[in-house]
Amino acid sequence: MALKKDFVKFDKVDKSYDGKVLVVKDLQLDIEEGEFVTMLGPSGSGKTTCLMMLAGFETPTNGEIYLDGKAISSIPPHKRGIGMVFQNYALFPHMTVYENLAFPLRVRKIPKDEADKKIDKALSMVSLQGFAQRMPGQLSGGQQQRVAVARSLVFDPQLVLMDEPLGALDKNLRESMQYEIKHIHESIGVTVVYVTHDQSEALTMSNRIAVFNDGKVQQLSSPDELYEKPVNSFVAEFIGENNTFAGEISDVSGGKCKVKLSNAEILANPISVKGKGERTTVSLRPERALINPSDKMDNIHTGKIEEVIYHGDHTRVRINLLGNPEFILKVPNSSANLDIKLGNDIKIGWNSDDARALDPK
Amino acid sequence: MSSETKQILTTDGIPLEVSLKKAEKKNKIKAFLLVAPLLFFLIITYVFPIGDMLFRSVDDKMVTQMLPKTFKAMENWDGQELPDEEVFAAFHEDFIKLVEEKREGKLSTQLNYTKNGFKSIIKKLRRASKKFEEGNYKEQIMSVHKRWADVEYWRAIQRRAPEFTGQKYLKGMDMYVNEEGKIVSVEEDRRIHRVLWLRTLEIAFFVTVFCFLMAYPIAHLLATLPMKYSNLLMICVLLPFWTSLLVRTASWMILLQQQGIVNDFFVGIGLVADDNRPEMMYNKTGSYVAMTQILLPFMVLPLYSVMKTISPSLMRAGKSLGGTPFIAFWKVYFPLTIPGIGAGCLLVFILAIGYYITPALVGGASGTLISNQIAFHMKSTLDWSFASAMGLMLLSGVLVIYWLYNKIVGIDNIKLG
Repeated sequence: MALKKDFVKFDKVDKSYDGKVLVVKDLQLDIEEGEFVTMLGPSGSGKTTCLMMLAGFETPTNGEIYLDGKAISSIPPHKRGIGMVFQNYALFPHMTVYENLAFPLRVRKIPKDEADKKIDKALSMVSLQGFAQRMPGQLSGGQQQRVAVARSLVFDPQLVLMDEPLGALDKNLRESMQYEIKHIHESIGVTVVYVTHDQSEALTMSNRIAVFNDGKVQQLSSPDELYEKPVNSFVAEFIGENNTFAGEISDVSGGKCKVKLSNAEILANPISVKGKGERTTVSLRPERALINPSDKMDNIHTGKIEEVIYHGDHTRVRINLLGNPEFILKVPNSSANLDIKLGNDIKIGWNSDDARALDPK
Repeated sequence: MSSETKQILTTDGIPLEVSLKKAEKKNKIKAFLLVAPLLFFLIITYVFPIGDMLFRSVDDKMVTQMLPKTFKAMENWDGQELPDEEVFAAFHEDFIKLVEEKREGKLSTQLNYTKNGFKSIIKKLRRASKKFEEGNYKEQIMSVHKRWADVEYWRAIQRRAPEFTGQKYLKGMDMYVNEEGKIVSVEEDRRIHRVLWLRTLEIAFFVTVFCFLMAYPIAHLLATLPMKYSNLLMICVLLPFWTSLLVRTASWMILLQQQGIVNDFFVGIGLVADDNRPEMMYNKTGSYVAMTQILLPFMVLPLYSVMKTISPSLMRAGKSLGGTPFIAFWKVYFPLTIPGIGAGCLLVFILAIGYYITPALVGGASGTLISNQIAFHMKSTLDWSFASAMGLMLLSGVLVIYWLYNKIVGIDNIKLG
């Protein structure tokens, strides 16, 4: 059977809490069956609200949400059959791990021996066999998180929602949990909608990422596309590091455009600009600008090194370039690059394809 | 290996342990001085009075000291028939001394507790004793009143010989030591205390139940409403707390009396006939209503403080996992509030069991509690030892409840905030 393209569908969904401000505006979003979609955005961007509407804890002010072809706005949360992992785990503190996992099975009146099998399976999935009789309070943060994941999966839901589930963990644990959740997703093929404000988390785990800002999806695409080809300056700024030049289009021709800065002119790739005279922000990823550029590059400029920060595997160099004192360069740590010294002038080049002329900020 | 057994020394060569103790001593003294005023206060106002109460409730020295010679003479008396002349003579000697000191009134009060009828015959004896001649006191005393010739009354005197007695406790349970020295209950129509104990337990129990039923939704609302509404509600809960207990009770009197506002309202909406207004005060109903209202904050606050700590995502988790709102509440929310329920119920029950002013004012005859009886003996009959005994029985009752609670629920599970 083919996987449904619009397993979850937000259709023109608006949400307002106070009748004055829309926190979600005209949301249109399709999620494919078996997909791992992340809603990424700064706090207050409406991503958690979307998740809560999907879970049934908030109702859309306007529009409809479909799950597997059925409109679900009038279905109460407990009848939606959606697994959910909460930000602070939300494990029932008065129940053992076993009882926590048994809860969704008991309310579904699944016989005990079958339930036990499912619980064993779910616990081994998160490698917590032997922890069934512990109380949540006796577990570490990471273990609690795994129990929460196991609990959301134990009743075989078609859809699992995760609301910043790794927010409370320390960095190392967070990273290993990211892979673990990703592997679980891959092995059982459940559809996951994941909310986070951590872009590296989103990039690591997702099939597709919906970048939220101001109640709207700014861009919905795969992680690499999101990083390489941001469609507007918010996405470019929000995902990864970014060097920007603000200027005015002076010419568009042959898939390239000339952007006039205050004291220079650069070549860029016109993404969201149409014609001459438009204001634009040119976005360039730090790793796409090279020192000692080859002559083939169509942008070559000289700047002054303002700051050098050693990062182990690479060095971050801040350069005052074309009137932008915050131009960041990531230089791999090799013996060839030892001549980078504070105060030196340096030649930098990039391809105009990588410099994306986006909407002005 | 050896370092484990070797004593660790500081740089000055003093053993580390000694040095540590020395350094901490100052802090310990400081800490003790900080709690000393409270400790002192507690000893003066709590430990000492309770000790005194305990002593008073069993102390029976008064009669022993008033009739020393009599009791000495009675040591040889078997209590079967009237005592012989020796006892009468000793009693006379003691009695004359008491009359001289004008203390025979006290004796009559004391003996009257043991057996009714002493008051009048001691009064008579005082008058007659002025004309007594020396010798043959048995005849003379017996001729004053026929009760003096009744062996029962002499046995009653003898029962007061020990310096300590538990009879006040027996009296509190409507029991006494009869002539044969057995513990028996008083006649059925005189068992007032047992009725009072049972009523006290009953009222305290139901007040606790009513408080719980009303406080639970309020506390839940308080814990879940947005701040601006919950603050207002909190003030509504606490407002009675800041009002004088007497004012609150008096306002219940205004509300509940037969011509009061509640009755007027019932008559107004045609619920009851004007000439058949129900009595809602000066009976149990009055006690229930007023005590429930007054004790409500003691239930709301512990419940609130516990509910405040329960994350709303737990209920959400319960629902998202497939539990109906009721199941999510019953299996997830309710069990988590048990510490608050325990604390609130224990608090309200213990307060209710010793409640005094409110039942005294609105309880009437059928709504008064054991504490009113204690107050009655403190103020009216001046039988302090009996009041002390009942007070201690109440105290031990509370301790038993506390112990039971600890056995069943566990005192660690209590959470007051």
